[in-house]
Amino acid sequence: MAGPVIEARGLGLTFQTGDGPVHALKDVNLTIGRGDFVSFIGPSGCGKTTFLRAIAALEQPTEGTLTVNGMTPEQARKSRAYGYVFQAAGLYPWRTIAGNVRLPLEIMGFSKVEQEARVNNVLQLVDLEGFGKKFPWQLSGGMQQRASIARALAFDADILLMDEPFGALDEIVRDRLNEELLKLWARTGKTIGFVTHSIPEAVYLSTRIVVMSPRPGRITDVIDSPLPKERPLDIRDSAEFIAIAHRVREGLRAGHSYEV
Amino acid sequence: MKAVVPILTVLAVIVALWYAAAVWMNAPWERDQAARAGTAITFAQLLPLTMVQERPVLPAPHQVAVGLWEGLAGQAITSKRSLVYHGWVTLSATLLGFAIGTTAGVLLAVGIVHNRAMDLSVMPWAIASQTIPILAIAPMIIVVLNSVGVSGLLPKAIISAYLSFFPVVVGMVKGLRSPDAMQLDLLRTYNASRAATFWKLRLPASMPYLFTSLKVGIAAALVGAIVGELPTGAVAGLGARLLQGSYYGQTVQIWAALFTAAFAAAALVALIGAVQRVTLRRMGMAR
Repeated sequence: MAGPVIEARGLGLTFQTGDGPVHALKDVNLTIGRGDFVSFIGPSGCGKTTFLRAIAALEQPTEGTLTVNGMTPEQARKSRAYGYVFQAAGLYPWRTIAGNVRLPLEIMGFSKVEQEARVNNVLQLVDLEGFGKKFPWQLSGGMQQRASIARALAFDADILLMDEPFGALDEIVRDRLNEELLKLWARTGKTIGFVTHSIPEAVYLSTRIVVMSPRPGRITDVIDSPLPKERPLDIRDSAEFIAIAHRVREGLRAGHSYEV
Repeated sequence: MKAVVPILTVLAVIVALWYAAAVWMNAPWERDQAARAGTAITFAQLLPLTMVQERPVLPAPHQVAVGLWEGLAGQAITSKRSLVYHGWVTLSATLLGFAIGTTAGVLLAVGIVHNRAMDLSVMPWAIASQTIPILAIAPMIIVVLNSVGVSGLLPKAIISAYLSFFPVVVGMVKGLRSPDAMQLDLLRTYNASRAATFWKLRLPASMPYLFTSLKVGIAAALVGAIVGELPTGAVAGLGARLLQGSYYGQTVQIWAALFTAAFAAAALVALIGAVQRVTLRRMGMAR
């Protein structure tokens, strides 16, 4: 399919609060193509999560246009165009891991046989085969987050939206999950929108890095990564990687994001 | 064993205090008797007498124990003097009332969570209903129902339900609202219907809250059934035993009925606790 997967034109979103309007997003223009891995980076309040939620039709933009697969976000949500991964795994404690992954499939009305096949498939994809019968509390935080990614992948939407999915994990686990996420992306060819506040994470994962800054939330820089698709972890010591990370840091500083 | 020692210690202290209080409260009657007979009575003579009075102000623990034992085991269970018979009369009203109250409570909670008008209108009435003294409203319910030809078990069960629905409403509303914004957003991303959200998220999430409410509710249901027996002319039930006891000054009978009610309440709460443990374990929510 030709055309962008996600396209924002002059997008603005203002929350009306007791202290007056808050401009969470202002004049955001961005085009995301099929198979892109796009990271949104910036400090708190820069609107990166709000933008992701707007794409998911969990927030309503107040200005401009936003299309997802050529539809409005609302239509895209109703046609189940994306899987969403939240910062916390949010697994249901009363369901097993397999039961949690099956949840969207039950709601969307897949047949029992289909459910079983898909659950097995995605659990394998996130390297959790054999853990289907365990309850969430029996798994580590990293494994729980992998299960929540499996849940988002289960119904095979083309778009995966991830809101700081590894933010609560320690760095060693995070590195491993980053590596696995890249492999998964390579195997599935999904379009991924990924919110983070870690510069190395953004540079390591993305084909494009969107640098944002707050008050009002806006895009200050969009960097197309020249890194190859195959990325071993030690690519992070390469000159190219450091150069991109530097540009991201400069972008954040230019937006007065980190007032040190 | 470590858990038993403190419990027995507390029990022993209570029994000792009870005996002391029994002596202190029953002594005036013995002194009065002695004064009327014109004899002097020493404390050593008085002490054993306070333990065996026919109608003591405060019966000694062993008198209550004997009363309980005779009431529970010393009669045919169909006898009007059997505490098993009276206990069952009260228990059946309690259980029916509890079932009605729980059903009503859960349905009201579901309505409150899903309907804004009900949210705004029902809760104030539910709270107001509990501020009315049950002793005042119980005779009204009995009289009104009696005039439309309903008598026996059902009026008592309705009073039970009146007391037991409230904790269930409060607990279930809290339980059904316990899923956080992220959980609800997740289901929105699946475009889940309200029915799916209810069955897959809200209802299972509310289970721990439900069981806590049920424990409070069943104890309240028992109180309701006993109160419901007071204005009915005291024919049968633990409430009737309490009332008869107070008519005829049979304090031992009152205390025996009170203890039967307390044991029944403890057993019912323990039963719900057992169901809770099994259910939550099967749901995987107990570790």
